[in-house]
This record gives sequence, C-alpha cells and structure tokens, in this order.
Amino acid sequence: MQKPQEGLILEVRNLTTSFKTDDGIVTAIDDVSFDVYAGETLGIVGESGCGKTVTSKSIMRLLPAHLSFLGAKSQILFGGLDLARISESKMRKIRGNRIAMIFQEPMTALNPVFTVGWQLDEALKYHTDLGRKARRKRSMEMLRLVEIPNAEQRVNEYPHQLSGGMRQRVMIAIALCCEPDILIADEPTTALDVTIQAQILRLMEGLKEKLSTAILLITHDLGVVAQVCDRVMVMYAGRVIESASVREIFHDPRHPYTKALLGSIPKSGGRSEDRRLPTIEGVVPNLRNLPAGCRFEKRCSLSDKEVCQREEPPLVTIDGRRSVRCHYPIQPHQPEEA
Amino acid sequence: MWAYIFRRLVYNVPVYLGIILFVMAALRVNDPIWTYLGKHATQEQYDQFAKASGLDKPFLRQYFDFLSDVVRLDFTVESWDQPGIQVGKMIRAAIVPSLALTIPALGITSFLAICVGLISAYFRGRWMDQLLVFIAVLGMSVSFLVYIILGQYFGAFWLKQHLGMDLFAISGYPSGGLTMATWAYYCLLPILISVIVALGYDTRYYRAVMVEESNRDYITTARAKGASGPKILFVHMLKNAMIPIITRIMITLPFLITGSILLEMYFNIPGMGRRLILAINAKDFPVIQAFTAIFAALFIVTNILTDVLYAIFDPRVRLQ
Repeated sequence: MQKPQEGLILEVRNLTTSFKTDDGIVTAIDDVSFDVYAGETLGIVGESGCGKTVTSKSIMRLLPAHLSFLGAKSQILFGGLDLARISESKMRKIRGNRIAMIFQEPMTALNPVFTVGWQLDEALKYHTDLGRKARRKRSMEMLRLVEIPNAEQRVNEYPHQLSGGMRQRVMIAIALCCEPDILIADEPTTALDVTIQAQILRLMEGLKEKLSTAILLITHDLGVVAQVCDRVMVMYAGRVIESASVREIFHDPRHPYTKALLGSIPKSGGRSEDRRLPTIEGVVPNLRNLPAGCRFEKRCSLSDKEVCQREEPPLVTIDGRRSVRCHYPIQPHQPEEA
Repeated sequence: MWAYIFRRLVYNVPVYLGIILFVMAALRVNDPIWTYLGKHATQEQYDQFAKASGLDKPFLRQYFDFLSDVVRLDFTVESWDQPGIQVGKMIRAAIVPSLALTIPALGITSFLAICVGLISAYFRGRWMDQLLVFIAVLGMSVSFLVYIILGQYFGAFWLKQHLGMDLFAISGYPSGGLTMATWAYYCLLPILISVIVALGYDTRYYRAVMVEESNRDYITTARAKGASGPKILFVHMLKNAMIPIITRIMITLPFLITGSILLEMYFNIPGMGRRLILAINAKDFPVIQAFTAIFAALFIVTNILTDVLYAIFDPRVRLQ
C-alpha cells in the first residue's frame, strides 16, 4: 500500500453527511476531518446525537443510500482509494476485510439463528481464498485469540448460548479475522457491565498490539478514553470541536465543552462528597435549526454572547498538532500534578 | 423431540374429546332428523329413521359410539342424502380434487409472496416498494367473486371464443383419472385465481416481516462484514423470518384439505369444500359430523407440527 505519510492509513477530509427527512435535509455531521495512523487508538467522544456513529457509519458506508448522502467535498482516503466515491462492490471488499466494525449491542449484533462458527466463517469466506478446513482452523485460532474458553465447543453454539461479554468477544473475533487495518468500535463496552468492560478493553488493546490494527473508538465514556486512547477527537452537534492527544485532553483541555465534559465525570474519593455531580446545562441544539454562531454558545459558561452568537469559530490548529474550535479557548496552563 | 410430540398429542386428547362433545351436542340442538325429514313427516317415519340411524340411543352412548368410530377411522356410516354411499368413501373421493387445487395454490402463493415481500422490504420506501405495495393493496381490495367471474369469462370463455385458445375449462373436473393435461385444463384457472387473491394479503404480511427483520442489528453486522445484498436477503433475513413464515403457512395447512369452498362451488370441483356445502344444504347429518371431527383433528395435528418446525428452524426454540 502506498502511504503518503508515515503510518497514515485513513484520511477523512471535509466529511459532511446529510439525511433526507420528512422535514427536509438535516446535516448530521458537518465538515469533519481527521487522520488515523497505523496502530493507534483514536477516540471519538461526545454526547448522544453529536454525530459519532454517523461518522463511523459514513466511513463504512453503512448508512441507507436512499436516505443519506455525503457532501461534494467529502473525501475518505484509504489505501489509495476514496471510499466516498468507489462502487458498492469495491466497498464490500473493504468492509470486514480492511476496515472492520464492532457494535454497541453484542446481544443483538450477532445473527441469532446461525452458529458462532458459521458467522466467523462467513467473513473469511467473503475475504479470503481459504478452503473450508483452513477457514475452520482460522476460526478456532481467532476464538482462542479473543480468549474464549472451550472454543471447540463454543464454535458450534448459537449466540443466545453465550453471555454478553462472550458475544462481544465473538464480534471482535469476526471483525479481526481478516486482520483489518482499522477496527471501528462503536461504543463496544457500553452494554456490558463494568468488569466485563475492563476485560474487553484490555483484550482490544492486546490485539491492537498483536495485529497492529488501528482502532477508532467511539464512546461517550471518558473513562474508557483515558484507558485506551492515544488521541481524542471531541464532537459536538456534528462538528469536531477539539482534537488532541489523550494527555492534552485530560490535563489541558482548550474547549469549554471538553472541560465541562471532564467536569461531569463522577469521581470517587473525598473531593465531591456533598456536591451534586456537575452537569452541562441545556441540551444539544436541534440539527434542523442550528444557531448561526458557535453551536455550543447557549450552554457555554465562557461565551461573550456577541462574537460567539454571530459567527461560528473555525477549527484552529495550535502548537502544530492539536486543534480547537472556539473564539475564546481556555488558556494553556501547566498540568497540576504531572 | 419424539417425547415432546407424544406428550403434546396426549395433552390434546382431552381437547379433542371436548371438541367432539361440543360439536355433537351442537348438531343436535335442532333435531337433525326433523330437519332432514321436513315438517310433513309422520311420527312413525321419524321413529323409524331414528332407530335406523342410531339417534334414538342416549346421547352419551352416541358420543362413545362416534368416538370409537373416529379412533378406529371407521367412517362406514352411510350418507343420508345418498343412501348406500359410505361417508369415508365420500371423503376419500373428495380429498384428491381439493389437494389438486390447494397444494399448488399454496406453494405458488407462498413462494411468490415471500419473494415479493423480500424485494419490497429491500427497496423499502422507494418507488419499487411503493409500486409493489400498491399492486398488493389493489389485488386484495377486489372481491374473490369478481376474480372468479372475470377469470371464467376471460380466461375460459373469451380466450376460446375470440382467440381460439382452449386453455382452461369454465368449470368441471376430469371424470377419469387426473393426468397432467387434464389437471392443467381444469385446475390451473382456479389455482391462478386463488393465487391472485391470496398474493396481496401474503405479500403485505411477508413484507412487514421482512421490514422488521431488516431493521435488526445483525443486518448491519452482516453488511459491515462485507455481505452482499442477496446474501443478506436470502441468507440472513430469510432464516430469521422463518418463524413468521412457518406460522403463516401452517395456519393455512388444514385448509389444504378442507379445500376452497368458493372455488370448488363455482368451478364445480368435487372437493371437500363443495362436499361439505352440499351436505349442509341437504342436511346430511352423518357427513357434517364426520367432516367436523376430521377438521378438528387436522387443526390439532398442524398445531403440533408447527411447534416442531419452529424448533427445527430456530435454535432458540427448545421443545421441552
């Protein structure tokens, strides 16, 4: 594969996705650009409805073709191809093969009437030339790789015979069986209980190292981000509002929204004993009726109500590697306890 | 599995006994002999007829006699309307013409309706889907009788009269054996009509089933794996839709044997449906009673069969 820049495997440029609805056209994500480098974990964070899932489904081209469309300037550059423009049959060769995806609900994401082995085999059948026996062997390898006990027995079982954590492991095995360059994980641990969550995250991290797969992790859980991500992109109402390394996001957020998000994580320990959990007042603006200015303006504590209302701030690159979309970004300071 | 089937059969024995009891009682609310003989019959005629038919015996005795006939599949009792002809023979003669219509009709309808339902669901909301739904609604909005009359007029009469194509009979049934050619000549037109009538209903049902399936998460997973449209439609969705499909088909299964009353009447096909209507019109008590007993048994057996099929097609269903 030709790599224009060291390790750069996915370049998303000006990705704009709109939906045709009964009330007219609604733009769910607007001018989203980001890069994914080989072997890294990029987190996409934001509250419900901010465009995280639409971003990932746009890349995979999984949105209903007759109800959604990409903006004219949208580019999804991957392996020398522009995924926004290639044919559906070419896209099929990439899905599940070079870019794979796992989902939020392991309970329903697997097909209930086929065995685990059949569903693993299906992906291999589409993307490899392996014979039946070789595929079976590979399936077993994958099940062991995702640490499923009794793989010989599990392979012949149906999804309803497995627990939620096991099903997510199976999903991961299916996604990784063709050794994709990128694994898109859309809220992979949200539906699981906390101990299983930790196991799954650890497993994903381990596999990322082993298979050198980049992970695009979509989540609203900043705890998960802190645990596994290298870089973070914060989205708000269809826009990227801040993007930086995980360390910078947690210790030196520049956008008031990022800071507010961090402030609303429940903390254990003495500091918050009698206080209520801080929340961000208000709700995400309706995508059908977006404000002219900054989309976060109404909920922002630092807004000056004038420039912010009048014009939307551009996404500005600072320090050459991180970017923020704000008229009055929070001033940098030394990390408190580095 | 066999233990399950056996247990279900045993559980259904009291149900069946109840049905027979109810049917026999209901058939005797209006004295069947007076109904048959008419009001001008004498008491003497009545007594004679009651003695000959066994209806003078106490009800419980009649009940157990009839049950024992049913259990031994002994339908040697004679028809009132056509003396000398056993009810069992009547039924045997009527089953084949009914099946010659209903089996092809159900097969063709189900196949077409499932295919159209799949296509419609796949193109959900687009012109193809809207067109198919429009045709389906149109098809089911027209009365069965209109199809029969139009079918007989254009399909049989008009084609022959104006185009010289003697493809279909207006009505009737081959008196000799049923061959491919005679079957096509006499049965194809009514089959076609019943397909057209049922297609609208079935298509809408299967479309709804498929639309529901196509919204499920596993469809997205399959697409994310790189599965093609046909693979998703015919492998992933179809197998998941088997439960509602089986339900729909199995519900109609007893009607394969009961036959289509309307079609058999209008096309003069001596099947079960026509036989039953004729028996009712002629107040032919033994025939009505035997038919009801057979139909009840059919419904019970298909219900059990349906549950067994569920378990075969859906791994989540366990027969306990």
